[in-house]
Amino acid sequence: MNLLIKGGRIIDPFSEQDTICDIRIKNDKIVETGPGLARKSSEKLVDAGGMIVCPGLIDMHVHLREPGYEGKETIATGTRAAAKGGFTGVGAMPNTLPVADNPAVIEYVRKITREEGMCRVYPFGSITRDSRGENLAEIGELANAGAVAISDDGNPVESAEILRRALEYARAFNLPLVDHCEDRALSGEGVMHEGYVSTILGLKGISAASEEVVVARDIILAEMTGAHLHIAHVSTAHSVKMIREAKARGVPVTAEATPHHFTLTHEAVKSYDTATKVNPPLRTHEDVEAVIEGLADGTIDIIVSDHAPHSYEDKTVEYDAAPFGISGLETVVPLVVDRLILTGKISWARAVAALTSEPARIFGLPCKGIQEGSTADLTIIDPGLKITVEKDSFISLGKNTPFEGMRLQGWPCATIVGGNLVMFERKAELEPALS
Amino acid sequence: MAWERKDLLGLEELSREEIELVLETAVPMKDIMQREIKKVPTLRGKTVVNFFFEPSTRTRTSFELAGKFMGADTSNISVSTSSVKKGESLLDTIRTVEVMGADVIVIRHGASGAPRFLAERLQASVINAGDGHHEHPTQGLLDLFTIKQKKGEVRGLKVAILGDIKHSRVARSNIWALTKMGAEVRVAGPPTLLPPEIEKMGVKAYYRVEEALEGADVINVLRIQRERQRQGMFSSVREYARFYGLDKKRLQLAAPDALVMHPGPMNRGVEITSEIADGLQSSINEQVTNGVAVRMAVLYLILGGGSHELAN
Repeated sequence: MNLLIKGGRIIDPFSEQDTICDIRIKNDKIVETGPGLARKSSEKLVDAGGMIVCPGLIDMHVHLREPGYEGKETIATGTRAAAKGGFTGVGAMPNTLPVADNPAVIEYVRKITREEGMCRVYPFGSITRDSRGENLAEIGELANAGAVAISDDGNPVESAEILRRALEYARAFNLPLVDHCEDRALSGEGVMHEGYVSTILGLKGISAASEEVVVARDIILAEMTGAHLHIAHVSTAHSVKMIREAKARGVPVTAEATPHHFTLTHEAVKSYDTATKVNPPLRTHEDVEAVIEGLADGTIDIIVSDHAPHSYEDKTVEYDAAPFGISGLETVVPLVVDRLILTGKISWARAVAALTSEPARIFGLPCKGIQEGSTADLTIIDPGLKITVEKDSFISLGKNTPFEGMRLQGWPCATIVGGNLVMFERKAELEPALS
Repeated sequence: MAWERKDLLGLEELSREEIELVLETAVPMKDIMQREIKKVPTLRGKTVVNFFFEPSTRTRTSFELAGKFMGADTSNISVSTSSVKKGESLLDTIRTVEVMGADVIVIRHGASGAPRFLAERLQASVINAGDGHHEHPTQGLLDLFTIKQKKGEVRGLKVAILGDIKHSRVARSNIWALTKMGAEVRVAGPPTLLPPEIEKMGVKAYYRVEEALEGADVINVLRIQRERQRQGMFSSVREYARFYGLDKKRLQLAAPDALVMHPGPMNRGVEITSEIADGLQSSINEQVTNGVAVRMAVLYLILGGGSHELAN
């Protein structure tokens, strides 16, 4: 189907444009942009008056769970949830079963994506075999199979020596190393941020230092090796400060933050709702403010969901017994719009960049923005649309959201992947887009 | 005032008036315990199930007797005989007992928040008999009841809580109750065993027990668990006893008539010397008696007593 998108405000950080104009899509390509384009009879008209039209959003931290944990999510449901959330591409974390520590798992993910995927999937390989932090995975083979980065996400790389060698080795294949920064000895059996709220709830705490000591170590090793380090889900004020200082002296470090870390604090845990159990944990108000500042000034480069879907039975247990993770794909955009843009904390241009051009730059993705001849991956956001978050309306199999019942403004209303309208008027298509 | 809660999960959420209602109701309950025939038919036909996922003799027996003195049917389930070991979820396990007709579930569980998790999902009333490091509300109430009986007025009393505050649900319930009633609460223990930002609860924190004991009217000594030594929270039992144990010399720092309490079970010679535990100022046995009375009051109020007018 060919499309004509009319009257939208185009925000394209790739070309730094912010104008009102029309976009004509033929097959999988953008063929014409400009004001006042006339609809051809073969084209479906998408009226984008009053809407934001931007390059397809990319979420580079998603747990699709397949292979191995299909009860929590599958590539089919996860990519449909992504499309519903306005994303045209997601980075798939390698902590599947088996772990993506070999080309076969990467190839499997790519095959299922071709057959059942609703958006693009950029697979990650692991840093070490089985993500155990002991022996390096075959990083070159992973790169050849299509991995865009390496990470042992869910686990930190405990040994500084292994991390150093991984950083050095990955340079040969131009893959960024994404580290989940956590000192497991310091975290202990912690289940939430260590502070006043953990004190009164009697829940074991995970101190801010548990993240920060590893961020500090990793920055030092990135500085020493000159290799590209990407710090996953930054959650504390001091981590932001260290990354800011490292960038200022030229360390090749980039970073990401999640909506739950810039909108919620540890106060949310007071209900013992296991949907608030996430790692790194929800921190203090000061940490939230620092993460937002980091996003605003570019210290934190990108926004990711850290989409970690879990089944109802996994989460319907005592707080201590529940797994960490939030099902985030379907609430990223309204949280960014409602809590960051409409409050004046960051601009549309910066927010869109953190979801498009910046992840493309960091992970070397083949995205070129909105221009004639480029692939038609686009997201349309209605900045005025107000919807109350209802987990039962999630497409993701994971209904574990701490945002249930929250009324938010600014939702994606169309997602276009390779010229296909995979989500329109908040309804995701049933047929895979990429086959 | 009337009791309106389905559950008793903690003292943080209770008002001063609700706490007073429980304490007032416990007075006639203690009288019942002193009768020759310790049984009233008030809760006849009601079923109380004690679900203990952690070992307990004192609290479990206390709830069981409290129920029996009131005429309720009581049943005890401990973790070793339950289906939890077969992989059943906590909710399914408890719900099974609920649909068998339990009116009240008394639960002790190692996970903080477990009673609340159940209370939100069950029709039956839930009474927290200790959850993780969170709260132990009936212990807090019985401690308060004991202090009130011995000292009369709680307002203005200097209360020192000594030991492992960080891992103590007894400490938290005591702090909530005592601060609501206007006591001046001090906590003291090794820095590793004081939880972060504890002073925000309205208490003063000390690293040395001597400072906390200065002029104290009530001393509540907490049990130290040897497990904490393995976790690096203190260096040795010997050193703990030497720096944090309550002995005769330290007791002299407190007010001359200071009341000594311990929630039990005691490590004699570690956190408290036998001389003091068995001494004239100790109310440790009285606490246990009062525990039954307070639990009778709680069961009575929750099972539809509504007010403290006791039908005799």
